[in-house]
Amino acid sequence: MNYVASVLFLFSAAAFIVGLRMLRAPATARKGNLVSAAGMAAAMLGTLLMTIHAGDFNSKAALVVLGGIAAGTAIGIPAARLVKMTAMPEMVALFNGFGGIASLLIGWSQTQEAVAHGATLAEVEADLVRLTGGQANVVTFATFLAVLIGGVTFTGSVVAWGKLSERMTSKPVLYPGQNVVNGLTVLLSLALGIWFTIQPDQIWLLYILIPLSFILGVAVVIPIGGGDMPVVISLLNSYSGLAACAAGLAINNALLIIIGALVGASGLILTRIMCVAMNRSLGNVLFSGFGAVSTSGGAAASGEKKEARILSPQDAYFVLEAAQSVIFVPGYGMAVAQAQHAVKQLADLLVKNGCDVKHVIHPVAGRMPGHMNVLLAEANVEYDQLAVPEDVNATMESVDVAIVIGANDVVNPAALTDKSSPIYGMPIIEVHRARAVFTLKRSLASGYAGIDNPLFYLPNNSMVLGDAKKTIEALISEFKSED
Amino acid sequence: MLVQYTTLALVFLLAMFLGVELIRKVPSQLHTPLMSGSNAISGICIIGAMALAPLTEDNLFALFLSTAAVAFATINVVGGYVVTDRMLGMFQTKKGESK
Repeated sequence: MNYVASVLFLFSAAAFIVGLRMLRAPATARKGNLVSAAGMAAAMLGTLLMTIHAGDFNSKAALVVLGGIAAGTAIGIPAARLVKMTAMPEMVALFNGFGGIASLLIGWSQTQEAVAHGATLAEVEADLVRLTGGQANVVTFATFLAVLIGGVTFTGSVVAWGKLSERMTSKPVLYPGQNVVNGLTVLLSLALGIWFTIQPDQIWLLYILIPLSFILGVAVVIPIGGGDMPVVISLLNSYSGLAACAAGLAINNALLIIIGALVGASGLILTRIMCVAMNRSLGNVLFSGFGAVSTSGGAAASGEKKEARILSPQDAYFVLEAAQSVIFVPGYGMAVAQAQHAVKQLADLLVKNGCDVKHVIHPVAGRMPGHMNVLLAEANVEYDQLAVPEDVNATMESVDVAIVIGANDVVNPAALTDKSSPIYGMPIIEVHRARAVFTLKRSLASGYAGIDNPLFYLPNNSMVLGDAKKTIEALISEFKSED
Repeated sequence: MLVQYTTLALVFLLAMFLGVELIRKVPSQLHTPLMSGSNAISGICIIGAMALAPLTEDNLFALFLSTAAVAFATINVVGGYVVTDRMLGMFQTKKGESK
């Protein structure tokens, strides 16, 4: 192997690790991302040098590699530049899916080439050894894994993208016997995969496995409700890393395995953090069809005679004007209404008015981990105004007004009191103990997860109905007219 | 051969542990950039496609599949890094202003 390429690969692995490490603090994070990008560039350059050195790099290869890179760049850069911050979760989901399909295509392409090379099993296996330098059956098993995980990542991510961008229903899609059907699909895939591992010359097995993996990806994500998307995106992120690992094993490349494992671990940890924040197990998130069952029960219980108090922005202003301590609790609704800049403006006016302001961010608020942080960062909200639920919960009684902006489940007191509630046990932001709560909401319909919220009917809560951004802008103009 | 795969398995194991240690300490406010950043990194499979393509000589369809793999992985890599940089840029401006 080429020495320059080896050094580049070493540098690349180190750069990815250092880059991830620099993500620990906001001050170094941006540089960390650049370091990681440099690692990627080094890995690509090293691979290029390696193939040139081996004498494999002909004009056809140049066309494939450079053409593919050019096409991907032409699509990727504008997409990344133009996407709105509020649409970030679906963009990340879609990019993730592309990583998955790439792993699948690598495995497929390799098998296609080997099968074209020779007719008998021995010839196919010999060509796989030529392509990868590995052992034939390990290569075919890894190919099967890359195809399966890659395919599941691809369609799973596309479904997540559809749900997040509301191109399809964000409610769980359930049917009787779903888990049994999914389980059988997994078993069938495994059986075909083992067969393919032993007899890679039977490429028709791959032609069944690929659609099967696509079906499986759709099948495992459709029963998961929109509110659980942070968990799903984290998990799919992890899968795309594991798919890269499998592709690395298939082509016998240690760097792919290292980096794939880093991403796989990262996704798993985020998944765990999200599950802990909801006090639910991963199995419960994946298989319970959470949110669909609760719709009927919650609505029936609440449909009786509970009434929520409605407040106009003008009346809300009078309370806010006198408030000493205000917390904002943002949720997905803030993203939908694009209200983050208005929130920042209102927070500034409150601070000028001598009020203590905090933005309290629940770990699962929004549709992906850290979603609310990104939006508030876009609006230039100061770090010291950000708070975590535990800190604010401790002193909730001293909060004059809690303004809930398009958040629902993360402030639902049923999580503390109602054992029958599907979110029972989830740590929440306990705004119901604040002196007053303003819930900014489009209508009185129940939230994204379809669970009724008893908070709305508490005496200290008032609903301010309408578009969150318009409501906050109305409050801002009240403040301004006073000056 | 066995030695070679044992080494790869060992590498996988160590990298998983390293990943856990690295990521566990990332604060929750940076979880979205972490995700899109690690997402971009998972596009590393592009080097797999790049290594494979030149060896593909017998089958045009296989060549087409490699090209598609390179293109998709590039979208993942380039898009992921650009998006992450955009987000982290916002985190940074804010830091500058508050000081």
